[in-house]
Order: sequence, then structure tokens, then C-alpha cells
Amino acid sequence: MGAIYVLAEHRQGVLRDITLEMLTKASQLSEKMGGEIVTVLIGSSVDSFAEKLAGYSDKVLYVDDPLFADYNSDKYQKVLVELINQDKPELVMIGHTTQGVDLAPALAVEMKLPFVTDVIDLEFADGKPQPVRSYYSGKVNANFAFKGEAPYLITFRESTLEVAEPSKQGKVEKIESPLKEELDYRRFIEYVEAEVGDVDITQSEILIAVGRGLREEKNMAIIEDLAKAVKGDICGSRAATDAGWLAHDRQVGTSGKTVKPKLYIAIGISGAFQHLAGMKGAKTIVAINKDPDAPIFSVADFAIVDDLFKVIPKLTEKLKELRG
Amino acid sequence: MKTFVCIKRVPDTSESVVKVDASGKDVDSSKFSFDINDADNYAVEEAVLIKEANGGTVQVICAGPQDSDVMIRMALAKGGDSAVRIDDPRINSLDPLKVAKVLAAVIKSEEFDLVLTGCMAADDGGMAVGVALAEELGVSHAAMVKKVQVEDGKVRVQRELEGGISEVVEITLPAVLTIQTGINEPRYAPIKGIRQAQKKELKVLKIEDLGLDENEVNEASSLIELQNLYMPEVVSNAEVIEGEPEEKAEIMATKLVKGGLL
Ligand SMILES: Cc1cc2nc3c(=O)[nH]c(=O)nc-3n(C[C@H](O)[C@H](O)[C@H](O)COP(=O)(O)OP(=O)(O)OC[C@H]3O[C@@H](n4cnc5c(N)ncnc54)[C@H](O)[C@@H]3O)c2cc1C
Ligand SMILES: Nc1ncnc2c1ncn2[C@@H]1O[C@H](COP(=O)(O)O)[C@@H](O)[C@H]1O
Repeated sequence: MGAIYVLAEHRQGVLRDITLEMLTKASQLSEKMGGEIVTVLIGSSVDSFAEKLAGYSDKVLYVDDPLFADYNSDKYQKVLVELINQDKPELVMIGHTTQGVDLAPALAVEMKLPFVTDVIDLEFADGKPQPVRSYYSGKVNANFAFKGEAPYLITFRESTLEVAEPSKQGKVEKIESPLKEELDYRRFIEYVEAEVGDVDITQSEILIAVGRGLREEKNMAIIEDLAKAVKGDICGSRAATDAGWLAHDRQVGTSGKTVKPKLYIAIGISGAFQHLAGMKGAKTIVAINKDPDAPIFSVADFAIVDDLFKVIPKLTEKLKELRG
Repeated sequence: MKTFVCIKRVPDTSESVVKVDASGKDVDSSKFSFDINDADNYAVEEAVLIKEANGGTVQVICAGPQDSDVMIRMALAKGGDSAVRIDDPRINSLDPLKVAKVLAAVIKSEEFDLVLTGCMAADDGGMAVGVALAEELGVSHAAMVKKVQVEDGKVRVQRELEGGISEVVEITLPAVLTIQTGINEPRYAPIKGIRQAQKKELKVLKIEDLGLDENEVNEASSLIELQNLYMPEVVSNAEVIEGEPEEKAEIMATKLVKGGLL
């Protein structure tokens, strides 16, 4: 069986979690289907990553060049096309991240690769890797099969598994950059850091989180009452911040903050994976949603399946009463 | 600026029960309500804002059934100039690369500066069509865009990354941008616009009209195949609070206070 390629993802000097998550999945898969695990690391002066990745790989293919100081999908694509054509791996794994989704679909088109996006799991069946993905924000899962010849390409979702301990001692192989000069049609300019707001929700002990289920901005009043009653801070899903009910720095999830409060009360939030990734580390999670199938309940400790407008005011009232 | 914007009609499944149908390969959508995909609504607004600031045209493209016309007319009412709908069940809509091929065939036949798509369709969540489309068209792209600034022959965009940070990149036109929600405040269609939209051109095409052959975009031509759909096992360890709404509130309040959770 050909190799499993995993594209390392890093940004601003930090190796991103998705990399080791993919390597963990790759190692589970390679136990069943065989094949070396080859991590492809593209960057500039990231030797320390190469060493760390060797612990999870049979081989680290390392392109080290100032051209790759910052991520650029077009440049990455050029390198990957070259490497994939050379090695013909069985499977290529790229993170289903803002980086991966900016890169993988174009790579699939250029190389005519069988391609499945947002994969949450991989089985091994009929002599091939078989991707599982989800539809309708987690309400239905789908088994896919690849047709045609390898290499197969997937983007793999973040935070679907626990990262294993390193158990390999792969060799690090530095290779010359297949790309020799800057590309002028897409240029990285700079990073813009996250907005800083009045409250740092990553430090909050008690968070009241709202989602689209609240329907209108004026309904924020019942949320504010509850927050006051429990001395908590208010945060929300992307739907709530996009709608302008909350400032952007109050957004919880992959494109917002990762929070770890003692108590997280999720109100009218469905629990898209981008949201769950930011809050599932909370100690106690209370979810209030009228849809019994809402994915938020999969991470909840207490589930209230009901209309929030009937539950929340009463909850606030009772809390005030009990706490004097 | 000649801008194309791609929109998709999707079901709102956030509050509905989703069940796999008898075929095992689709869901029963008879009870769903449909609307324009969330991110596409922002893409339409961004296209109209770009036209208002720079002049030019906005053309709407949609691959989907006739029911999509309501959403297409809305986009026209907000400032779109004309529309193309590809109505062809032979397209394998489960494969983003096939959808991208079809959309590209519409765009290729004309000159353009910008193509805007949503960053993600809410039903399949694939986040793939826009970037695949760019490659089909042979132009540059940026995904997850939350700010667009048009310059001479270029666009400067902010791409949203994880954790609230973003990166600024400069891209040569023509280009494809996949638009993230929250980039702007989508307008409501003005009454006058709604009336005018009825008169704007909406072409309905089949794949042959685009110079495509069935065997380039149908299921048989895909390199991926849906085996079956299934309901994921929901592993919930949650304690379900039972009772009337008021009772639930009381029980929960008591648990929070007495259980030392506050
Ligand atoms: C690249 C990318 C990054 C993203 N990053 C994030 C992120 O960081 N954070 C994030 O949250 N999302 C993020 N999203 C968006 C995410 O995919 C979802 O769209 C979003 O989380 C949905 O928000 P929601 O749960 O509030 O709304 P919905 O999914 O619309 O859910 C609303 C819920 O409210 C319930 N409800 C409605 N009325 C009531 C009522 N009266 N009583 C009780 N319940 C009710 C419904 O049953 C439903 O479950 C991202 C998306 C993309 C593409
Ligand atoms: N059938 C379609 N018709 C028009 N545009 C589409 C269609 N499918 C996807 N798109 C566009 O591609 C974006 C991303 O879709 P996806 O890759 O499926 O998540 C959507 O937000 C739309 O802008």
C-alpha cells in the first residue's frame, strides 16, 4: 500500500493541533491498511516542528525555504503537486481548516484526485480508505467510497479525536523547494490580530451563551437578566455575533474563542462542530434547545428540551430566589 | 467590475427532524423550509456593494430546481442585473467538483473580474465549490473572506483564520472569493427592486447549453460515490430535565445552586 501523506499545518510559529490529530488518525489507519506515514512540512525555519513530527511519522518531508515564511495556497499547491506526482501516495490528508479549505479543492481539480471534504472519520474497506462525513450540521452521516485510482485526497475535520503519544522515530528528509520564485498573483501582506473587547471570555468562570434561537436582538434582555443573576458573562455562537447582538470578541468556536468555564449555559445554539470545538472543554454544560436532535446535547451535562422563552425567565427568577 | 455571484437554495434543518429516506441515499426533505444559503446571502450583498462603489454588473448563478427562482429574484431585487439557473438533475450535486465544473462553464463564456461564492453551503457543509471553481477557471482565489477592498486590477482581502485572527492578502483579478458570514449587513430587498426584478433576465439552461457533456458531470463520472446515509449515534451523557417548562426551570435552578455549580 502506498504512503499516507499528512500535510503539517502551522501558523505564526505554532504547530496547529490538527496536524497531530491527522497523524493520530493516519496511524490508526496504517495499522489496518499498511503504508508509511509521511508528514509533509512546508515552511521556513521550522526545524523544531520537523523533530516533533518525526515522533508521529515514518518520514518527514521537509521543504525549508524563506519563500514559505507565510502560508500561501498557490505556493503550497505547487509543492504538493510535485511531491504527489513523485511518490504517488495512497491517501493525502489536509486539515479541514481555513488553510486546508483554501488549498485542497484546487489541488483536487488540478490533479483530478478523488476528493472528499470535511471528513470526520476514515474506515478501511474494499482495500481502500473510506471516508465518513456529516451533512446537515451533524444530523446525518454519510459513508463515501473513492472510485478510480489513488492518490485519494481528503480534508479532515478538527477536534474529532484525542492525540496519541508519539511512538515513532521517523527520519527527517530535507528536500529542495520545487518552487523557485515568488508568485505575484497572490501575496501575503500581514496578520490582523483578534479584536480585544471589554471582557475576556476565555477567563470567565460562568458563561451564558446565546444562539440564533433567540431570534431578535431585543430578546437579549432575558439573557442579560440571567447573566446578572448568576454573575456570568455573555457570549454566543457565530450566528449571534454575525447578527450584531454581541461583539465579535464574544464569539465562541473555531473562528472565535476557546473557553473553559466552570459553567456554560448554551441557549438556542444548535451545536455546529465549529461551536463545539470552542466550548466542549467547559466543566459543566447546560443546553437549552427545543430540538431534541440538536448536536449541542452530545456535549451537554444537563439537557432541557424546550422553548427557551418559556424556560429562561423562570430559570432566572428561581435562581434569584434561591440565591437571595 | 463584472461580478458573478453563486447562490444555492438550501433547507433550514436547524430546527427540523432530519430522517434518512427509504433509498438510504437521501433525506426526506418534504417538511423542510428552504432559503438562500446564509453565506450566499452575504456574498450577494458584497457583490452589490462592489457594484455600487465601482460600477459594473452583478450576475447571479444558481444550479438548482425551479423553486430556487424565488431566491434568485430576491438577489436581482437587491441589485443583481441578470441570472442564470442551471436546471439539470443529471449534475451530481453531491460532488463539489462537478458543481464547480458546471458553474465554471457558465462563467467561462464571458469576461469577468470577480466571482463570489459563499464559503460554505449549510446543507453539505463542504466548503469546496468556490476554491474548486477558481481552479476550473484558472484564476486566483481566497477562501473565507471577511473584508474586500477593490484596487486597480487587484483586490485586497482579509481572510478569516482560526481564533479570531485574519490575514490580509492581495490578489490579482480576475479572482474567486469565498465569502464568510458577517462580512456585511445584508439588505432587505426594496419593494421597487422586487418589482423590477420580475423583468430582469433569468435564463434557465441545461448542461448541453453550456457545452458540457453529461459524462463530465453526472454521478458515473464522479470519482467519489455516496454509499449510504445513516443517523449518527448520538452519545449523550446528559441528564435530561423533565417536566413542564416552569418545572424544568425550577429543577435546573435548584441543581445549579445546590450542586455548587454557581
Ligand atoms: C469557517 C467557519 C467558521 C465558523 N466558526 C464558528 C464559530 O467560531 N463559532 C460558532 O458558533 N459558529 C461558527 N461557524 C458557524 C457554524 O457553522 C453555525 O452556523 C453556527 O454555529 C450556528 O449558530 P447557532 O447554533 O446559533 O444557530 P443555528 O444552527 O441556526 O441553531 C439555532 C438553534 O436554536 C434552536 N431554537 C430555535 N428557537 C428556539 C426556542 N424558542 N427555544 C429553544 N431553542 C430554539 C434551534 O432548535 C436550533 O438548534 C463557523 C462556520 C464556518 C463556515
Ligand atoms: N448548486 C449550486 N449553485 C450555485 N452555487 C453553489 C451551488 N452549490 C454550491 N454553490 C456555491 O458554493 C458555495 C460553497 O458550497 P459548498 O462547497 O457546497 O460548501 C456556496 O456557498 C455557494 O455559493
